[in-house]
Amino acid sequence: MSETAAPRFRPHRMIRSLLGPIFGAACLLATLTGVIVLVVLLGSILYAALEGKPDNPWYAIGANLRELWGLVRTVALNRQSSDPAAAGYRVGIVGSLWLLGLVALLAIPVGVAAGVYLEEYAPQGRLRRIIQTNIANLAGVPSIVYGILGLALFVRAFGIKALALGPCLLAGALTLSLLILPIIVITTQEALRTVPGSLRQAALALGATRWQMVSGHVLPAALPGIMTGTILGLSRAIGETAPLLMVGAAGAIRKLPKGPLERYTAVPVEIYNYAKEPDRMFQTISAGGIVILLILLLSMNAAAIMIRNRFQRYQ
Amino acid sequence: MTTPERSAADSAAVMKPDDPSTADLWSGHSRFLASWELAIAVVLAFCAVVTVLTTLGIVLVLSIQTVEFFMESKAGILEFLLGTELKPDATPPKFGILPLAWGTFAIAFGSSCIALPIGLLSAIYLSEYAPRRLRSVLKPALELLAGIPTIVYGYLALLLVTPVLKAIFEPLGIRVPQFNALSACIVVGVMIIPLVSSLSEDVLSAVPRGLREAAYALGATKFEVSTRVVLPAGLSGVVASFILAISRAVGETMAVVLAAGMLPQITLNPLESLETMTTYIVQVISGEASYGTAKYLSLFAVGLSLFVITLGLNIISGLVLRRYREVYQ
Repeated sequence: MSETAAPRFRPHRMIRSLLGPIFGAACLLATLTGVIVLVVLLGSILYAALEGKPDNPWYAIGANLRELWGLVRTVALNRQSSDPAAAGYRVGIVGSLWLLGLVALLAIPVGVAAGVYLEEYAPQGRLRRIIQTNIANLAGVPSIVYGILGLALFVRAFGIKALALGPCLLAGALTLSLLILPIIVITTQEALRTVPGSLRQAALALGATRWQMVSGHVLPAALPGIMTGTILGLSRAIGETAPLLMVGAAGAIRKLPKGPLERYTAVPVEIYNYAKEPDRMFQTISAGGIVILLILLLSMNAAAIMIRNRFQRYQ
Repeated sequence: MTTPERSAADSAAVMKPDDPSTADLWSGHSRFLASWELAIAVVLAFCAVVTVLTTLGIVLVLSIQTVEFFMESKAGILEFLLGTELKPDATPPKFGILPLAWGTFAIAFGSSCIALPIGLLSAIYLSEYAPRRLRSVLKPALELLAGIPTIVYGYLALLLVTPVLKAIFEPLGIRVPQFNALSACIVVGVMIIPLVSSLSEDVLSAVPRGLREAAYALGATKFEVSTRVVLPAGLSGVVASFILAISRAVGETMAVVLAAGMLPQITLNPLESLETMTTYIVQVISGEASYGTAKYLSLFAVGLSLFVITLGLNIISGLVLRRYREVYQ
């Protein structure tokens, strides 16, 4: 009997000891693709921005940075043009900063308030579940669909002339606000959830009303988390192109916007317009715009990550 | 919630005559405070309802304008859904969505082939293999990568990926057009890797340690623990992140516009130009189609299809996560 029964445990030591490291190395490589892509991406954009001409050897970092700074300054000061020597992003930068301000004004209060309502006020029940599911689904809606919504609702107002805003800054800002609202609500909720319940109970026990408890104790404790989410949301709004194309941030605008009801354009839209040009001279201009955009976005994101890591009191 | 009755009861309890010394320290919540509280609650609730109104707005706008499209273009719904030709400028115009659906599917499929395996492997590395110091560097780096706008990826396709593809395939005698599906698949795939890896990593790290320790105690190697214990335990979350990533690839616009071009056709050749639903919307809005024409309205019909597809994928992802989640104490 015992001779016919195959041994039930086969260690396969050889295969197992080989397979493990191979798999581990594959996993490491996969993780590094992200880092490699980041390096290649930044490298090739810088290369294009410096027109690839090795005026200086690549390790002369100071000289290259000076050249890059020169390029960034020229494209930041020039306006849109069909002549690559005079083309730049001045109107787009002003437009993007306007959008940033307006979106912050519109989306942050509403998003934080919605998060506070869902976490601190809403009774457990169907209404809360519906809103919650709805927000989760909204976060996955493609940005261009928000653009369509903005086009029909804000720019055209279904053809009602009196309500239509036209392709102005406010319409773009409203569209982007709706786009980042789910992000802000979700991160606000996550931040509020990390605040321990004992803080709330202590405030209530001392006779604070609900709003006194929320505004005086819970919100300050959750502030770093909320700020992180808000900055990430705003940086998403600044980098968006597709919805702005829909709500009429045309590229061919040479006038700086002076108020929220004026026509505008934004940096990503201008980058898109330059990148479409078949003339290779425009590649440098697009790369310069991307450098400007990335400096802005990466510093915003880095600030958000730093705030989260530094100030998060409750984990 | 502070109701007026409760505040009255509070003040009554405090103002007991046998304890006069504390009586005037606590006057109870005033009526003004109660109505102030109520007003704040109403304002906050309204802000939460704005999100529901957004969804309603999207659904209403898309469906009303889609109905208008079908009335204007006199195309049947079947003709729209099953038509293999998309020629909005021809006479009579043809509005078949199949070429766009094919383009969208091809890009989503191709980019998933790149992003899903790499994303999953990198999630396994981050949650099982990486030393803590390395992980604390890699995770923020991935987050930074996720924060790069899609237009940058599109530019990268034009600047780097397509020229590299040309350098590889042109010597073999294969013509590579400036806009091709393969380059779009590569950049979109690279773009959604951070999404897959960070969502999957969250799920894998949440698998309880006890499971891993039990497997190690039985003599399993790290490879076996990762692939046969941790991965099955977190499978629902991993699948959910895959579906979300696919939905993201379906809805991706700018990278595809700049990489894949705007040629609606059904082809199996990855080096041909394609057009996705999102690209078509951009094409119509940047063209000179005037408001109210069938071509202009067709963007809403395509937008509705896009919205339905991505919403469906997101809902399926949520269901997978909830239905098949392994619950550990």
